[in-house]
Amino acid sequence: MEIKNIKKQFPIFQKRPNLVYLDSTATSLKPKIVIDKIREYYEEYSANVFRGIYPMSEKATVEFEDTRNIVSKFINANKPEEVIFTRNATESLNLLAYSLGRKIIESGDEIVTTIMEHHSNFVPWQVLAGEVGATFKVVDINDEGYLEINWNEVITKKTKILTLTYVSNVLGTINPIKEIIRTVKRINPKIIVIVDVAQAIPHNNVDVQDLGADFIAFSSHKMLGPTGVGVLWGKEKILQEMYPFMYGGDMIDEVYIDRSTYKDTPNKFEAGTPAIGEIVALKEAINFLDKVGMKNIREHEKKLTGYAINQLINTFGESIKIYGPKKIEDRGGIVSFTFDKFHPHDIAQILADSGICVRAGHHCAMPLHTRLKIPASVRASFYIYNDENDVKKLVEGLKKVKSILK
Amino acid sequence: MNIYQDIILDHYHHPHNKGKISHPSNSVLTNNPLCGDKIEMMVVYDRDKVKEIKFHGEGCVISQASASMLTDYAKNKSKHELKKLDSKFIIKMIGIDLGMNRIKCAVLPLEALQKLLI
Repeated sequence: MEIKNIKKQFPIFQKRPNLVYLDSTATSLKPKIVIDKIREYYEEYSANVFRGIYPMSEKATVEFEDTRNIVSKFINANKPEEVIFTRNATESLNLLAYSLGRKIIESGDEIVTTIMEHHSNFVPWQVLAGEVGATFKVVDINDEGYLEINWNEVITKKTKILTLTYVSNVLGTINPIKEIIRTVKRINPKIIVIVDVAQAIPHNNVDVQDLGADFIAFSSHKMLGPTGVGVLWGKEKILQEMYPFMYGGDMIDEVYIDRSTYKDTPNKFEAGTPAIGEIVALKEAINFLDKVGMKNIREHEKKLTGYAINQLINTFGESIKIYGPKKIEDRGGIVSFTFDKFHPHDIAQILADSGICVRAGHHCAMPLHTRLKIPASVRASFYIYNDENDVKKLVEGLKKVKSILK
Repeated sequence: MNIYQDIILDHYHHPHNKGKISHPSNSVLTNNPLCGDKIEMMVVYDRDKVKEIKFHGEGCVISQASASMLTDYAKNKSKHELKKLDSKFIIKMIGIDLGMNRIKCAVLPLEALQKLLI
């Protein structure tokens, strides 16, 4: 499948022909094949999974578990049982803080994270550390937006968990996760490393075995899939030792008046009826990404990001400040900026009036914005359906901002 | 509908009552950490009435214009009258449909004013 004509696969562009969508970091648009799959489930076999003996329920279960297999292959997991469906990356990370964190973190232990995290990979650990009396360490960045750190000075034998993002949702920084994991495991072989790949997996190949991670978390809706579905992948051995997350349907082995026993992973962590139609459609999103090719997606976004940064700097010079690494190889398709003295909300509003969708605010990364000494920024982000025309319209829109607010 | 109308931009570029009062009867700082808007408002009362009112701070066009218009309105009004103001009044005062996200910006100066009246 060629990226050049890919817009045709996304029905929203037929309904909104002038749409300039530069907010895929928040959520991606959906191709027709994904939307059709949701409809297929609800129209053709909308039964609950697992328990039904009748063919329609069996069909739903087969489709559901097939998605687990496809996710498992997509991230190169050892086996599908290591793939757990949640509601979103946020829930995956909260599940870990609850079911793993509360199992292994004790008073005096350390949890390490970074200043560039999304709140969902920051606050659950901050709260956990506060509750059990653990130390919460936050790794800083340098002025270019890279993690600047001698891991020997941060990771100790008391560090039980390092949790960090693969790609910053504001700076776009691609962290050298593989090298980081190798380094910290050399310092402390028992450390558990959690990687938030929500901003990485839609745009580049993520191979859990190659990375050497213990857990990864991501959301379906950022990778062309439906909302309401997240994934947690973890090493089976650790998953078996963890507490369940929620209690109820599907996760139970036996229940007596005085005690209950639970199923093995993944069911142990999937209480209650899941978002079956949405999970089944995630399969189609992954197939779509596979057809386009993750390498092609990365190349397309790299080119477009480079083009956007050049256009913005050439047009607006020093009045625009772009955050994050200068080297395109080190950043994802995210361009966050501040512009003159204009308030990010006013910029986003005037762009919106021209049909351009960007985001303004702290993008759920308030510690990072405090570090950058700005209350908010404007963020434009790119995906496979964006092209140079979108960048040109963004530049025109910003010219309009300047003429209205100056 | 475009919210950046001349009257709004005029208040933004040339805000009324912007500055500080050296001996205020009361002063208050409100902020919206989500967008970084900050407004400090100061007032001098003559018995129950607002004799002088000023504000300063940083913010978007909407919050700045709203503060400018609201402080104009508040002059010579009694505390009792001002306590009755709500977000509906602000929407009417601004004169445009702001939408659910930007209404917060417009209401920030009202929050400051209401704290001043306590």
